This record gives sequence, structure tokens and C-alpha cells, in this order.
Amino acid sequence: MMKNIKFLVLGIFFAIVLSKVQAISWFRFYEMFKFQSFHMFGIIGGAVIVSAMIMQLFKRGVIKDINGNKIIPRPKKKGVIRTLVGGTFFGLGWGVSGACAAPVFVILGFKWLPALIILLGALIGAFIYGLLSKKLPS
Amino acid sequence: MEIIFQPWPWYVGGPLIALTLFLYFYFGKNFGASTNFETLCTMAGAGKVSDYFKKDWKDRDFALLFVVGLIIGGFISSNYLILDQTIDLNPKTFQELTDLGFSNVGNTYFPNEIFGNEVAMSLKGFLILILSGACIGFGTRYAGGCTSGHAITGLSNFQLPSLLAVIGFFIGGIIAVWFLIPLIF
Repeated sequence: MMKNIKFLVLGIFFAIVLSKVQAISWFRFYEMFKFQSFHMFGIIGGAVIVSAMIMQLFKRGVIKDINGNKIIPRPKKKGVIRTLVGGTFFGLGWGVSGACAAPVFVILGFKWLPALIILLGALIGAFIYGLLSKKLPS
Repeated sequence: MEIIFQPWPWYVGGPLIALTLFLYFYFGKNFGASTNFETLCTMAGAGKVSDYFKKDWKDRDFALLFVVGLIIGGFISSNYLILDQTIDLNPKTFQELTDLGFSNVGNTYFPNEIFGNEVAMSLKGFLILILSGACIGFGTRYAGGCTSGHAITGLSNFQLPSLLAVIGFFIGGIIAVWFLIPLIF
């Protein structure tokens, strides 16, 4: 538990970053999906470019983790249907509510009641996925 | 001090999000957020209904602490670090939303028409929030990730599934914003 307290600090840091760059604002996501502003594309694009450089350092073993082990990012589950259909469902919820998975927790600190309802919905959604996971096409 | 209270420009956001990803991996874990929805289901006892949730949630205590940090960070930001929530929106966005009946567009991070407490407790408002949430929970788990896990971690690691997922995010988001929002409001 104590050795993981650094994740709590990192969570606080990430929440402050997302809040300060307005990447939790409903209006910013509306603007993004309407292609009316560069703001969110700049943030996500910048994050991907810098992260891609970091990933290369991980893969080449230049940077090891805190315990000295090689960092191997887990490969993503393959499947055209699961990614496209699942992604579309997520996009629908994201577009209407302006919340994605990390920001929904951050928004709890801004607007706790609506954020709590979104979170409750997300748990119901994840539960439905768990029930259906073996029957859904991948 | 001034710089802390001002909104931060977009070009600061990307590198600081990448720093978060870096530290998450440096601490020995895969960066992502949406798996927590499953962990919370497990903690709520979903394992009694479905084997899918029969996992030891204590293995994910680091991620739960990260989530607690997100909530604390949101609280700190809203109360102490953001004195003015005005958003410098495209005038076109402002006009569109005003025409749809939204008030005070861009004066706060969250529109009252969706995030107001009274709206959230009305039948329509409640359904909008809970159904959006259900799409987020179901969709992220089916797709295997969200903006953090797919768009940032996956794309930067050149994962093809993540590219497909992000295309899906935009299909859904475009349908939501171009068609559903005008339909609902």
C-alpha cells in the first residue's frame, strides 16, 4: 500500500494537468468533435508524439523501471469489431456527456452529482460487458 | 504564481500528459484508466453474478489509488487552482450552442443544461447522464481502452487496435455532437 502511494500523487498531478488545460470541459470536447478548434487535437497529438519518443526509450531499454526491469507496454487486444464497435459506443457517451474514463473521476471534484451518475452508468456498462464478454464478436 | 492560476495552453498539456504516462510505466504499471470500471464492479460484488469479475481487486490497488488521486486533484483544481473557468471558444461553437438553447456558453467548464444539479435529478437529465455513462463503461471495456489506454498509450506504441479504437471514438463522438445533441436539446 505505502509503496503505491506514488500513484495517488501521480493521480493528483494528472487531474491538475487535465483541469488546467481544460481537457475535462464538455465545451472543449464538443468543439473537438465539431472540428472547430485545434486545442484538444494539439493536446492529444502532443501527448502521442512525446509518448512515442518515450516508448522508443522503453523498447530500446534506455529507460528501465523503478526496479530495474525492462519496460514492456502490454500489446492491445486485437479485433476489428471490438475496437470499432466498442470505440463507437464509447465515443457516443463521450460526445454527449463530455466525460471519458479518467476525467469522469476528475469531474467528481467539480460537479459531484452529475459525475456520480455518469460513473454509476459506466459501472453498469462495464458490468453488462462482463456478462456478455464471451458472446460478443471480437 | 500568476502562471498557476491562468489556464495552461494546449502545448503544455501534451508533454505533461506524456510525463504522467512515463511515470506510470516507470513505476512498473501499464497506463490506462478504464479498467478501473471493472475493478469497481468487482469490489461491488459483481463476481457473485459473473465469473468475468472474479478477480482479486487488491492486485489493482495502485490503480485505485490513482483514481483517488484523480478525485482529490479535481477537488483541488476546482476549489483552489481555477479561479476563472471561462473557455475561449470558437465564436461559431458559441453561436451554435446558444442557438440550441444553451445558456452561459463557455463561462464555465460544464454546461448547466447537462451538469446542473436540478437537471441531473430530472428524468431527462438523469437518463442522459446514466446512458452516456453506460456507453462509456460498455464501450471502453469492449474496445479494451479509453483515451488514455488507446489514444495515448496505444497510438504512441503503434498498436493497430488502438488506431481502430480511436476511429471508433470519433465515429461515436461525431454522431453524438452532430446528431444527438441537436436532437436532445
